Amino acid sequence: MSKKVLVLGETREGALRNVTFEAIAAAKKISGGGEVVGVLIGDSVADFGAELVNYGADRVITVEHPHLKSYTSDGYGQAFMAVIDQENPEGIVFGHTAVGKDLSPKIASKLQSGLISDVTNIEGEGDDAVFVRPIYSGKAFEKVKSKEGLTFITVRPNNITPLAKEERSGDISSLSVDITNLRTIIKDVVRKSAEGVDLSEAKVIVAGGRGVKSTEGFEPLQELANLLGGAVGASRGACDADYCDYSLQIGQTGKVVTPDLYIAAGISGAIQHLAGMSNSKVIVAINKDPEANIFKVADYGIVGDLFEVIPMLTEEFKKVM
Amino acid sequence: MNIYVLVKRTFDTEEKLVISGGKIQDDGAEFIINPYDEYAIEEAITVRDEHGGEVTVITIGGEEAEKQLRTALAMGADKAVLINTEDDLEEMDEFTTSYILAEYLKDKEADLILAGNVAIDGGSGQVGPRVADLLDINYVTTITSLKIDGSTVTIVRDIEGDAEELETSLPLLVTAQQGLNEPRYPSLPGIMKAKKKPLEELELDDLDIEEDDVEAKTETIEIYLPPKKEAGRVLEGDISAQVSELVGLLRNEAKVI
Repeated sequence: MSKKVLVLGETREGALRNVTFEAIAAAKKISGGGEVVGVLIGDSVADFGAELVNYGADRVITVEHPHLKSYTSDGYGQAFMAVIDQENPEGIVFGHTAVGKDLSPKIASKLQSGLISDVTNIEGEGDDAVFVRPIYSGKAFEKVKSKEGLTFITVRPNNITPLAKEERSGDISSLSVDITNLRTIIKDVVRKSAEGVDLSEAKVIVAGGRGVKSTEGFEPLQELANLLGGAVGASRGACDADYCDYSLQIGQTGKVVTPDLYIAAGISGAIQHLAGMSNSKVIVAINKDPEANIFKVADYGIVGDLFEVIPMLTEEFKKVM
Repeated sequence: MNIYVLVKRTFDTEEKLVISGGKIQDDGAEFIINPYDEYAIEEAITVRDEHGGEVTVITIGGEEAEKQLRTALAMGADKAVLINTEDDLEEMDEFTTSYILAEYLKDKEADLILAGNVAIDGGSGQVGPRVADLLDINYVTTITSLKIDGSTVTIVRDIEGDAEELETSLPLLVTAQQGLNEPRYPSLPGIMKAKKKPLEELELDDLDIEEDDVEAKTETIEIYLPPKKEAGRVLEGDISAQVSELVGLLRNEAKVI
Protein backbone atom coordinates (compact mmCIF):
# COMPACT_ATOMS: atom_id res chain seq x y z
CA MET A 1 0.00 0.00 0.00
CA SER A 2 1.34 3.43 -0.80
CA LYS A 3 1.50 5.83 2.09
CA LYS A 4 1.35 9.54 2.74
CA VAL A 5 4.49 10.47 4.71
CA LEU A 6 5.21 13.75 6.51
CA VAL A 7 8.79 15.03 6.83
CA LEU A 8 9.73 17.72 9.34
CA GLY A 9 12.17 20.12 7.67
CA GLU A 10 14.81 21.76 9.84
CA THR A 11 16.93 24.83 9.30
CA ARG A 12 20.19 25.88 10.87
CA GLU A 13 21.85 29.25 10.36
CA GLY A 14 19.42 30.28 7.69
CA ALA A 15 19.59 27.16 5.52
CA LEU A 16 17.88 23.78 5.41
CA ARG A 17 19.91 21.06 7.09
CA ASN A 18 21.26 18.15 5.05
CA VAL A 19 19.46 15.71 7.32
CA THR A 20 16.18 17.13 6.01
CA PHE A 21 17.05 16.03 2.47
CA GLU A 22 18.08 12.64 3.83
CA ALA A 23 14.74 12.42 5.65
CA ILE A 24 12.89 13.14 2.39
CA ALA A 25 14.75 10.23 0.73
CA ALA A 26 13.76 8.00 3.68
CA ALA A 27 10.16 9.17 3.41
CA LYS A 28 10.13 8.29 -0.31
CA LYS A 29 11.01 4.71 0.59
CA ILE A 30 8.39 4.47 3.31
CA SER A 31 5.77 6.00 1.00
CA GLY A 32 6.22 3.16 -1.49
CA GLY A 33 5.14 5.39 -4.36
CA GLY A 34 2.75 7.45 -2.23
CA GLU A 35 3.07 11.10 -1.32
CA VAL A 36 5.84 12.88 0.61
CA VAL A 37 4.73 16.08 2.33
CA GLY A 38 7.36 18.45 3.73
CA VAL A 39 6.44 20.36 6.89
CA LEU A 40 8.21 23.59 7.85
CA ILE A 41 7.65 25.17 11.27
CA GLY A 42 9.03 28.54 12.41
CA ASP A 43 8.44 32.28 12.39
CA SER A 44 9.56 32.73 8.80
CA VAL A 45 10.12 29.51 6.85
CA ALA A 46 7.98 29.69 3.70
CA ASP A 47 11.01 30.58 1.55
CA PHE A 48 12.49 27.12 2.14
CA GLY A 49 9.45 25.33 0.66
CA ALA A 50 10.69 25.31 -2.93
CA GLU A 51 13.97 23.68 -1.94
CA LEU A 52 12.16 20.85 -0.14
CA VAL A 53 10.27 20.23 -3.38
CA ASN A 54 13.51 20.27 -5.38
CA TYR A 55 14.86 17.55 -3.07
CA GLY A 56 11.84 15.34 -3.62
CA ALA A 57 8.89 16.50 -1.48
CA ASP A 58 5.64 16.32 -3.48
CA ARG A 59 4.23 19.31 -1.64
CA VAL A 60 4.97 21.43 1.43
CA ILE A 61 2.94 22.77 4.33
CA THR A 62 4.27 25.70 6.32
CA VAL A 63 3.19 26.71 9.81
CA GLU A 64 4.36 30.20 10.76
CA HIS A 65 3.81 31.97 14.06
CA PRO A 66 5.90 34.45 16.11
CA HIS A 67 5.87 31.93 18.99
CA LEU A 68 7.61 29.40 16.76
CA LYS A 69 10.80 31.48 16.34
CA SER A 70 12.64 29.23 18.81
CA TYR A 71 11.94 25.54 19.19
CA THR A 72 9.87 24.49 22.18
CA SER A 73 8.23 21.08 22.43
CA ASP A 74 4.91 22.76 23.23
CA GLY A 75 5.00 25.16 20.27
CA TYR A 76 6.29 22.74 17.67
CA GLY A 77 4.09 20.00 19.14
CA GLN A 78 0.94 22.06 18.62
CA ALA A 79 2.02 23.04 15.10
CA PHE A 80 2.90 19.51 14.02
CA MET A 81 -0.24 17.98 15.56
CA ALA A 82 -2.32 20.50 13.59
CA VAL A 83 -0.67 19.29 10.38
CA ILE A 84 -1.33 15.67 11.39
CA ASP A 85 -5.00 16.49 12.02
CA GLN A 86 -5.27 17.96 8.55
CA GLU A 87 -3.29 15.31 6.70
CA ASN A 88 -3.80 11.98 8.52
CA PRO A 89 -0.40 10.61 7.47
CA GLU A 90 0.58 6.94 7.46
CA GLY A 91 4.23 7.74 7.97
CA ILE A 92 6.38 10.43 9.64
CA VAL A 93 10.13 11.07 9.32
CA PHE A 94 12.19 13.43 11.48
CA GLY A 95 15.96 13.91 11.60
CA HIS A 96 17.59 12.41 14.69
CA THR A 97 18.67 15.90 15.72
CA ALA A 98 18.22 17.93 18.90
CA VAL A 99 14.75 18.96 17.70
CA GLY A 100 13.86 15.55 16.28
CA LYS A 101 14.95 13.69 19.42
CA ASP A 102 13.03 16.06 21.67
CA LEU A 103 9.81 16.30 19.64
CA SER A 104 9.35 12.82 18.12
CA PRO A 105 8.54 10.94 21.38
CA LYS A 106 5.92 13.55 22.26
CA ILE A 107 4.19 13.21 18.88
CA ALA A 108 4.45 9.39 19.04
CA SER A 109 2.92 9.45 22.51
CA LYS A 110 0.02 11.66 21.42
CA LEU A 111 -0.67 9.30 18.50
CA GLN A 112 -0.16 6.18 20.69
CA SER A 113 2.31 5.11 18.06
CA GLY A 114 5.58 3.25 17.90
CA LEU A 115 8.70 5.24 17.04
CA ILE A 116 11.87 3.82 15.54
CA SER A 117 14.67 6.23 16.49
CA ASP A 118 18.10 6.81 15.00
CA VAL A 119 17.66 4.83 11.79
CA THR A 120 20.80 4.43 9.65
CA ASN A 121 19.44 2.33 6.77
CA ILE A 122 16.13 1.25 5.24
CA GLU A 123 15.62 -2.08 3.52
CA GLY A 124 12.55 -2.58 1.33
CA GLU A 125 9.77 -0.09 0.67
CA GLY A 126 6.23 0.76 1.72
CA ASP A 127 4.68 -1.82 4.04
CA ASP A 128 7.73 -4.05 3.72
CA ALA A 129 10.16 -1.42 4.93
CA VAL A 130 12.57 -2.66 7.60
CA PHE A 131 14.67 -0.19 9.55
CA VAL A 132 18.27 -0.71 10.62
CA ARG A 133 19.45 1.09 13.74
CA PRO A 134 22.55 0.85 15.90
CA ILE A 135 22.17 -0.40 19.46
CA TYR A 136 24.75 -0.44 22.26
CA SER A 137 26.20 2.71 20.65
CA GLY A 138 27.03 0.88 17.44
CA LYS A 139 28.49 -2.26 19.01
CA ALA A 140 25.52 -4.06 17.39
CA PHE A 141 22.63 -3.35 15.02
CA GLU A 142 18.98 -4.30 15.02
CA LYS A 143 16.38 -4.52 12.28
CA VAL A 144 13.01 -3.20 13.38
CA LYS A 145 9.64 -2.77 11.76
CA SER A 146 6.35 -1.21 12.70
CA LYS A 147 3.76 -3.78 13.67
CA GLU A 148 0.74 -1.85 12.46
CA GLY A 149 -0.56 1.68 12.06
CA LEU A 150 1.75 4.62 11.67
CA THR A 151 5.39 4.18 10.60
CA PHE A 152 7.32 6.84 12.50
CA ILE A 153 11.11 7.06 12.34
CA THR A 154 13.98 9.47 12.99
CA VAL A 155 17.03 9.21 10.72
CA ARG A 156 20.59 9.65 11.89
CA PRO A 157 22.37 12.41 9.95
CA ASN A 158 24.94 11.37 7.31
CA ASN A 159 23.62 7.87 6.65
CA ILE A 160 20.82 7.97 4.07
CA THR A 161 21.66 9.29 0.60
CA PRO A 162 19.48 12.25 -0.38
CA LEU A 163 17.81 12.41 -3.80
CA ALA A 164 19.51 14.55 -6.41
CA LYS A 165 18.40 18.17 -6.38
CA GLU A 166 16.33 18.98 -9.47
CA GLU A 167 13.88 21.64 -10.51
CA ARG A 168 10.58 20.14 -9.48
CA SER A 169 7.17 21.64 -8.92
CA GLY A 170 4.91 21.12 -5.94
CA ASP A 171 2.27 23.00 -4.03
CA ILE A 172 3.36 25.08 -1.04
CA SER A 173 0.52 25.92 1.30
CA SER A 174 0.33 27.46 4.73
CA LEU A 175 -1.64 26.30 7.74
CA SER A 176 -2.57 28.77 10.40
CA VAL A 177 -2.31 27.43 13.95
CA ASP A 178 -2.96 29.16 17.25
CA ILE A 179 0.10 28.57 19.43
CA THR A 180 -0.82 28.94 23.10
CA ASN A 181 0.24 28.02 26.59
CA LEU A 182 3.98 27.58 26.07
CA ARG A 183 5.40 26.21 29.30
CA THR A 184 9.02 26.89 28.36
CA ILE A 185 10.53 30.33 27.73
CA ILE A 186 13.83 30.36 25.85
CA LYS A 187 16.11 33.03 27.33
CA ASP A 188 19.31 32.68 25.38
CA VAL A 189 21.41 30.35 23.28
CA VAL A 190 25.15 30.43 23.91
CA ARG A 191 27.16 29.22 20.95
CA LYS A 192 29.81 26.80 22.10
CA SER A 193 30.33 24.74 18.96
CA ALA A 194 33.06 26.27 16.85
CA GLU A 195 32.79 27.35 13.24
CA GLY A 196 29.20 26.28 12.73
CA VAL A 197 29.79 22.66 11.69
CA ASP A 198 27.66 20.35 13.79
CA LEU A 199 29.53 17.28 15.00
CA SER A 200 26.73 14.84 14.20
CA GLU A 201 26.38 16.12 10.63
CA ALA A 202 30.07 16.73 9.90
CA LYS A 203 31.54 14.87 6.92
CA VAL A 204 35.01 15.18 8.46
CA ILE A 205 35.88 14.98 12.15
CA VAL A 206 39.30 15.63 13.63
CA ALA A 207 39.22 14.24 17.17
CA GLY A 208 41.76 14.61 19.95
CA GLY A 209 42.42 12.53 23.05
CA ARG A 210 44.61 12.79 26.10
CA GLY A 211 47.58 13.06 23.75
CA VAL A 212 46.46 16.60 22.89
CA LYS A 213 47.65 17.56 26.39
CA SER A 214 45.91 20.96 26.77
CA THR A 215 43.18 23.30 25.51
CA GLU A 216 45.75 24.96 23.24
CA GLY A 217 46.67 21.53 21.94
CA PHE A 218 43.33 21.44 20.13
CA GLU A 219 44.26 24.45 17.97
CA PRO A 220 46.11 22.54 15.24
CA LEU A 221 43.20 20.06 15.15
CA GLN A 222 40.73 22.93 14.71
CA GLU A 223 42.85 24.38 11.92
CA LEU A 224 42.81 21.08 10.03
CA ALA A 225 39.07 20.66 10.64
CA ASN A 226 38.39 24.18 9.33
CA LEU A 227 40.41 23.51 6.19
CA LEU A 228 38.47 20.30 5.51
CA GLY A 229 35.10 21.87 6.37
CA GLY A 230 34.78 19.56 9.33
CA ALA A 231 34.34 19.65 13.10
CA VAL A 232 36.53 18.90 16.10
CA GLY A 233 35.64 16.08 18.47
CA ALA A 234 37.24 14.57 21.55
CA SER A 235 37.60 11.42 23.59
CA ARG A 236 36.26 11.21 27.11
CA GLY A 237 39.84 11.36 28.38
CA ALA A 238 40.34 14.81 26.84
CA CYS A 239 37.00 16.05 28.25
CA ASP A 240 37.66 14.63 31.73
CA ALA A 241 41.05 16.35 31.71
CA ASP A 242 39.23 19.63 30.93
CA TYR A 243 41.00 20.21 27.61
CA CYS A 244 37.61 20.75 25.98
CA ASP A 245 33.87 20.88 26.57
CA TYR A 246 31.83 17.70 27.07
CA SER A 247 29.72 18.72 24.09
CA LEU A 248 32.63 17.53 21.93
CA GLN A 249 32.77 14.06 23.45
CA ILE A 250 32.45 11.11 21.09
CA GLY A 251 31.81 7.66 22.50
CA GLN A 252 29.37 5.42 24.29
CA THR A 253 28.52 8.30 26.57
CA GLY A 254 28.68 11.33 24.31
CA LYS A 255 27.95 11.52 20.62
CA VAL A 256 27.90 8.66 18.16
CA VAL A 257 29.17 9.85 14.80
CA THR A 258 29.51 8.43 11.29
CA PRO A 259 31.48 10.93 9.20
CA ASP A 260 33.13 10.09 5.86
CA LEU A 261 36.52 10.73 7.44
CA TYR A 262 37.46 10.43 11.11
CA ILE A 263 40.96 11.49 12.09
CA ALA A 264 41.84 10.31 15.61
CA ALA A 265 44.82 12.17 17.04
CA GLY A 266 46.36 11.11 20.33
CA ILE A 267 43.41 8.82 21.08
CA SER A 268 44.29 5.39 22.45
CA GLY A 269 41.00 3.81 21.40
CA ALA A 270 39.16 2.60 24.51
CA ILE A 271 36.19 0.36 23.71
CA GLN A 272 33.81 3.16 24.80
CA HIS A 273 35.36 5.58 22.31
CA LEU A 274 35.33 3.02 19.49
CA ALA A 275 31.60 2.53 20.08
CA GLY A 276 31.06 6.17 19.15
CA MET A 277 33.08 6.30 15.92
CA SER A 278 33.92 2.84 14.58
CA ASN A 279 31.20 3.02 11.92
CA SER A 280 32.85 6.05 10.31
CA LYS A 281 33.53 5.39 6.64
CA VAL A 282 37.29 5.98 6.76
CA ILE A 283 39.35 6.18 9.95
CA VAL A 284 42.85 7.63 10.24
CA ALA A 285 44.79 7.09 13.46
CA ILE A 286 47.72 9.21 14.55
CA ASN A 287 49.37 8.04 17.75
CA LYS A 288 52.84 7.81 19.24
CA ASP A 289 52.16 4.34 20.61
CA PRO A 290 52.23 1.72 17.83
CA GLU A 291 50.35 -0.68 20.13
CA ALA A 292 47.41 1.72 20.63
CA ASN A 293 44.03 0.06 20.18
CA ILE A 294 42.90 2.75 17.74
CA PHE A 295 45.12 1.24 15.02
CA LYS A 296 42.95 -1.90 15.06
CA VAL A 297 39.97 -0.03 13.64
CA ALA A 298 41.92 2.48 11.52
CA ASP A 299 42.07 2.23 7.74
CA TYR A 300 45.30 4.23 7.73
CA GLY A 301 47.69 4.79 10.58
CA ILE A 302 50.66 7.01 11.21
CA VAL A 303 52.84 6.24 14.23
CA GLY A 304 54.07 9.64 15.31
CA ASP A 305 53.62 12.78 17.36
CA LEU A 306 50.31 14.48 16.54
CA PHE A 307 51.89 17.93 17.05
CA GLU A 308 54.28 17.09 14.23
CA VAL A 309 51.87 15.16 11.98
CA ILE A 310 48.70 17.31 12.14
CA PRO A 311 50.30 20.63 11.03
CA MET A 312 52.11 18.80 8.21
CA LEU A 313 48.82 17.22 7.18
CA THR A 314 47.20 20.66 7.11
CA GLU A 315 50.01 22.01 4.90
CA GLU A 316 49.82 19.00 2.61
CA PHE A 317 46.04 19.37 2.17
CA LYS A 318 46.50 23.09 1.45
CA LYS A 319 48.78 22.19 -1.45
CA VAL A 320 46.26 19.95 -3.15
CA MET A 321 42.93 21.56 -2.34
CA MET B 1 9.56 18.04 47.07
CA ASN B 2 8.32 14.80 45.60
CA ILE B 3 11.07 13.56 43.28
CA TYR B 4 11.15 10.47 41.06
CA VAL B 5 14.03 9.10 39.00
CA LEU B 6 13.57 6.69 36.09
CA VAL B 7 16.44 4.21 36.02
CA LYS B 8 17.52 1.47 33.64
CA ARG B 9 19.87 -1.44 34.20
CA THR B 10 22.29 -1.70 31.26
CA PHE B 11 25.37 -3.59 30.12
CA ASP B 12 28.63 -2.22 31.46
CA THR B 13 30.29 0.00 28.85
CA GLU B 14 33.37 -2.27 28.96
CA GLU B 15 31.40 -5.32 27.83
CA LYS B 16 31.99 -6.87 24.42
CA LEU B 17 28.76 -8.12 22.86
CA VAL B 18 28.15 -11.74 21.91
CA ILE B 19 25.07 -12.73 19.94
CA SER B 20 23.68 -16.23 19.84
CA GLY B 21 20.24 -17.47 18.89
CA GLY B 22 19.35 -13.96 17.69
CA LYS B 23 19.80 -12.47 21.15
CA ILE B 24 22.52 -10.63 22.97
CA GLN B 25 24.06 -12.98 25.51
CA ASP B 26 24.13 -11.58 29.00
CA ASP B 27 25.43 -14.59 30.93
CA GLY B 28 28.26 -13.43 33.11
CA ALA B 29 28.14 -9.88 31.77
CA GLU B 30 28.57 -6.99 34.18
CA PHE B 31 25.58 -4.69 34.56
CA ILE B 32 25.47 -1.09 35.70
CA ILE B 33 23.02 1.78 36.12
CA ASN B 34 22.73 3.45 32.71
CA PRO B 35 25.44 6.19 32.97
CA TYR B 36 23.02 9.01 32.05
CA ASP B 37 20.62 7.82 34.77
CA GLU B 38 23.44 8.21 37.30
CA TYR B 39 23.48 11.93 36.54
CA ALA B 40 19.72 11.97 37.10
CA ILE B 41 20.05 10.21 40.48
CA GLU B 42 22.83 12.56 41.58
CA GLU B 43 20.81 15.62 40.59
CA ALA B 44 17.71 14.29 42.38
CA ILE B 45 19.69 13.83 45.60
CA THR B 46 21.17 17.33 45.30
CA VAL B 47 17.75 18.90 44.75
CA ARG B 48 16.31 17.02 47.73
CA ASP B 49 19.18 18.04 49.99
CA GLU B 50 18.61 21.67 49.04
CA HIS B 51 14.80 21.81 49.00
CA GLY B 52 13.75 18.87 51.18
CA GLY B 53 11.48 16.03 50.16
CA GLU B 54 12.01 12.48 49.05
CA VAL B 55 13.69 10.71 46.12
CA THR B 56 12.14 7.53 44.73
CA VAL B 57 13.97 5.54 42.05
CA ILE B 58 11.89 3.39 39.69
CA THR B 59 12.90 0.73 37.24
CA ILE B 60 11.15 -1.78 35.03
CA GLY B 61 12.75 -5.17 34.60
CA GLY B 62 13.40 -8.49 36.25
CA GLU B 63 14.48 -9.50 39.74
CA GLU B 64 18.14 -8.83 38.98
CA ALA B 65 17.48 -5.07 38.58
CA GLU B 66 17.23 -4.90 42.38
CA LYS B 67 21.02 -4.62 42.44
CA GLN B 68 20.99 -1.32 40.51
CA LEU B 69 18.15 0.00 42.69
CA ARG B 70 20.16 -0.81 45.82
CA THR B 71 23.10 1.10 44.32
CA ALA B 72 20.83 4.13 43.78
CA LEU B 73 19.63 3.82 47.39
CA ALA B 74 23.25 3.63 48.53
CA MET B 75 23.99 6.84 46.63
CA GLY B 76 21.27 8.48 48.70
CA ALA B 77 17.83 7.86 47.20
CA ASP B 78 15.14 7.23 49.83
CA LYS B 79 12.91 4.60 48.26
CA ALA B 80 12.92 2.26 45.30
CA VAL B 81 10.26 0.66 43.14
CA LEU B 82 10.80 -2.34 40.87
CA ILE B 83 8.04 -2.97 38.37
CA ASN B 84 8.66 -6.59 37.54
CA THR B 85 7.44 -7.49 34.06
CA GLU B 86 9.42 -10.72 33.74
CA ASP B 87 6.44 -13.07 33.95
CA ASP B 88 4.00 -10.89 32.02
CA LEU B 89 5.74 -9.44 29.00
CA GLU B 90 7.82 -11.09 26.30
CA GLU B 91 8.31 -8.06 24.13
CA MET B 92 8.51 -4.43 25.14
CA ASP B 93 9.23 -1.25 23.29
CA GLU B 94 9.34 2.41 24.30
CA PHE B 95 5.55 2.62 24.11
CA THR B 96 5.27 -0.26 26.59
CA THR B 97 7.81 1.12 29.04
CA SER B 98 6.39 4.65 29.02
CA TYR B 99 2.82 3.45 29.49
CA ILE B 100 3.76 1.36 32.53
CA LEU B 101 5.83 4.14 34.12
CA ALA B 102 3.07 6.70 33.54
CA GLU B 103 0.44 4.39 35.04
CA TYR B 104 2.60 4.08 38.14
CA LEU B 105 3.30 7.83 38.33
CA LYS B 106 -0.13 9.22 37.45
CA ASP B 107 -1.45 9.53 41.02
CA LYS B 108 1.91 10.24 42.71
CA GLU B 109 1.79 14.04 42.31
CA ALA B 110 5.46 14.20 41.37
CA ASP B 111 6.99 17.69 41.42
CA LEU B 112 10.08 16.65 39.55
CA ILE B 113 10.87 13.55 37.50
CA LEU B 114 14.41 12.93 36.28
CA ALA B 115 15.76 10.41 33.78
CA GLY B 116 18.83 9.89 31.64
CA ASN B 117 18.52 11.46 28.19
CA VAL B 118 19.23 8.12 26.54
CA ALA B 119 20.02 4.55 27.58
CA ILE B 120 23.31 3.31 26.20
CA ASP B 121 21.81 -0.04 25.15
CA GLY B 122 18.60 0.71 23.22
CA GLY B 123 19.69 4.25 22.48
CA SER B 124 16.31 5.69 21.51
CA GLY B 125 15.89 8.39 24.19
CA GLN B 126 12.11 8.25 23.97
CA VAL B 127 10.89 7.22 27.40
CA GLY B 128 11.37 10.52 29.28
CA PRO B 129 9.36 12.74 26.88
CA ARG B 130 6.74 10.02 26.36
CA VAL B 131 6.15 9.72 30.13
CA ALA B 132 5.88 13.52 30.46
CA ASP B 133 3.33 13.62 27.63
CA LEU B 134 1.25 10.84 29.20
CA LEU B 135 1.30 12.68 32.54
CA ASP B 136 0.58 15.96 30.74
CA ILE B 137 3.54 17.75 32.33
CA ASN B 138 6.27 19.77 30.63
CA TYR B 139 9.68 18.24 29.86
CA VAL B 140 13.16 19.48 29.01
CA THR B 141 15.73 17.08 27.55
CA THR B 142 19.56 16.91 27.68
CA ILE B 143 19.96 19.34 30.58
CA THR B 144 23.37 20.39 31.91
CA SER B 145 22.19 22.69 34.72
CA LEU B 146 19.09 22.84 36.91
CA LYS B 147 18.15 25.58 39.38
CA ILE B 148 14.88 25.64 41.28
CA ASP B 149 13.69 28.81 42.98
CA GLY B 150 10.17 28.55 44.34
CA SER B 151 8.09 27.47 41.38
CA THR B 152 10.54 28.85 38.80
CA VAL B 153 12.98 26.43 37.22
CA THR B 154 16.00 27.73 35.31
CA ILE B 155 17.68 25.23 33.04
CA VAL B 156 20.61 25.07 30.67
CA ARG B 157 20.32 22.37 28.05
CA ASP B 158 22.75 21.04 25.47
CA ILE B 159 21.53 21.41 21.91
CA GLU B 160 24.09 19.79 19.65
CA GLY B 161 26.96 21.44 21.48
CA ASP B 162 25.35 24.84 22.07
CA ALA B 163 23.90 25.84 25.44
CA GLU B 164 20.26 26.94 25.57
CA GLU B 165 19.05 28.78 28.67
CA LEU B 166 15.39 28.54 29.46
CA GLU B 167 12.84 29.08 32.17
CA THR B 168 9.93 26.83 33.09
CA SER B 169 8.05 25.65 36.16
CA LEU B 170 7.17 22.59 38.20
CA PRO B 171 5.84 19.93 37.78
CA LEU B 172 8.49 18.98 35.27
CA LEU B 173 10.35 16.05 33.75
CA VAL B 174 13.99 16.55 32.79
CA THR B 175 16.50 14.24 31.13
CA ALA B 176 20.15 14.43 32.11
CA GLN B 177 23.05 15.10 29.77
CA GLN B 178 26.71 14.59 30.57
CA GLY B 179 28.14 17.61 32.37
CA LEU B 180 25.10 18.03 34.66
CA ASN B 181 27.08 16.89 37.70
CA GLU B 182 29.64 14.38 38.93
CA PRO B 183 27.76 11.35 40.28
CA ARG B 184 28.94 10.27 43.73
CA TYR B 185 30.13 6.79 44.53
CA PRO B 186 28.08 4.99 47.18
CA SER B 187 29.84 5.25 50.56
CA LEU B 188 30.20 2.25 52.84
CA PRO B 189 27.67 3.62 55.37
CA GLY B 190 25.44 4.42 52.38
CA ILE B 191 25.62 0.81 51.23
CA MET B 192 24.76 -0.43 54.75
CA LYS B 193 21.80 1.95 55.01
CA ALA B 194 20.56 1.00 51.54
CA LYS B 195 19.92 -2.56 52.68
CA LYS B 196 17.23 -1.30 55.06
CA LYS B 197 15.60 1.25 52.76
CA PRO B 198 12.17 0.34 51.33
CA LEU B 199 12.15 -1.42 47.96
CA GLU B 200 8.66 -2.07 46.67
CA GLU B 201 8.07 -4.70 44.00
CA LEU B 202 5.03 -4.41 41.74
CA GLU B 203 3.63 -6.38 38.85
CA LEU B 204 1.34 -5.23 36.03
CA ASP B 205 -1.67 -6.55 37.98
CA ASP B 206 -0.88 -4.17 40.85
CA LEU B 207 -1.12 -1.27 38.39
CA ASP B 208 -4.31 -2.60 36.77
CA ILE B 209 -2.53 -2.93 33.44
CA GLU B 210 -3.67 -5.58 30.97
CA GLU B 211 -1.00 -7.10 28.74
CA ASP B 212 -2.94 -5.97 25.66
CA ASP B 213 -2.77 -2.33 26.81
CA VAL B 214 1.00 -2.36 26.59
CA GLU B 215 1.60 -4.50 23.52
CA ALA B 216 4.70 -3.23 21.71
CA LYS B 217 4.06 -1.14 18.58
CA THR B 218 7.35 -2.11 16.96
CA GLU B 219 9.08 -5.42 16.50
CA THR B 220 12.76 -6.30 16.43
CA ILE B 221 13.27 -8.94 13.77
CA GLU B 222 17.03 -9.34 13.84
CA ILE B 223 20.03 -8.38 15.96
CA TYR B 224 23.53 -8.64 14.52
CA LEU B 225 27.09 -7.48 15.01
CA PRO B 226 28.68 -5.04 12.56
CA PRO B 227 31.05 -6.68 10.06
CA LYS B 228 34.49 -7.01 11.55
CA LYS B 229 36.82 -4.40 10.23
CA GLU B 230 40.09 -5.61 8.75
CA ALA B 231 43.18 -4.09 10.23
CA GLY B 232 44.25 -1.11 8.19
CA ARG B 233 47.60 0.01 6.92
CA VAL B 234 50.15 1.59 9.18
CA LEU B 235 52.25 3.77 6.91
CA GLU B 236 56.03 3.69 6.90
CA GLY B 237 58.96 5.90 6.03
CA ASP B 238 59.79 9.35 7.35
CA ILE B 239 56.91 11.39 8.68
CA SER B 240 56.69 13.86 5.80
CA ALA B 241 56.58 11.00 3.27
CA GLN B 242 53.84 9.31 5.33
CA VAL B 243 51.84 12.52 5.44
CA SER B 244 51.91 13.01 1.67
CA GLU B 245 51.13 9.32 1.13
CA LEU B 246 48.15 9.64 3.49
CA VAL B 247 46.78 12.67 1.64
CA GLY B 248 47.14 10.76 -1.63
CA LEU B 249 45.35 7.71 -0.21
CA LEU B 250 42.48 9.77 1.20
CA ARG B 251 42.01 11.51 -2.15
CA ASN B 252 42.59 8.67 -4.59
CA GLU B 253 41.95 5.37 -2.79
CA ALA B 254 39.39 6.19 -0.09
CA LYS B 255 38.06 9.18 -2.09
CA VAL B 256 36.79 11.00 1.00
CA ILE B 257 38.48 14.35 0.38
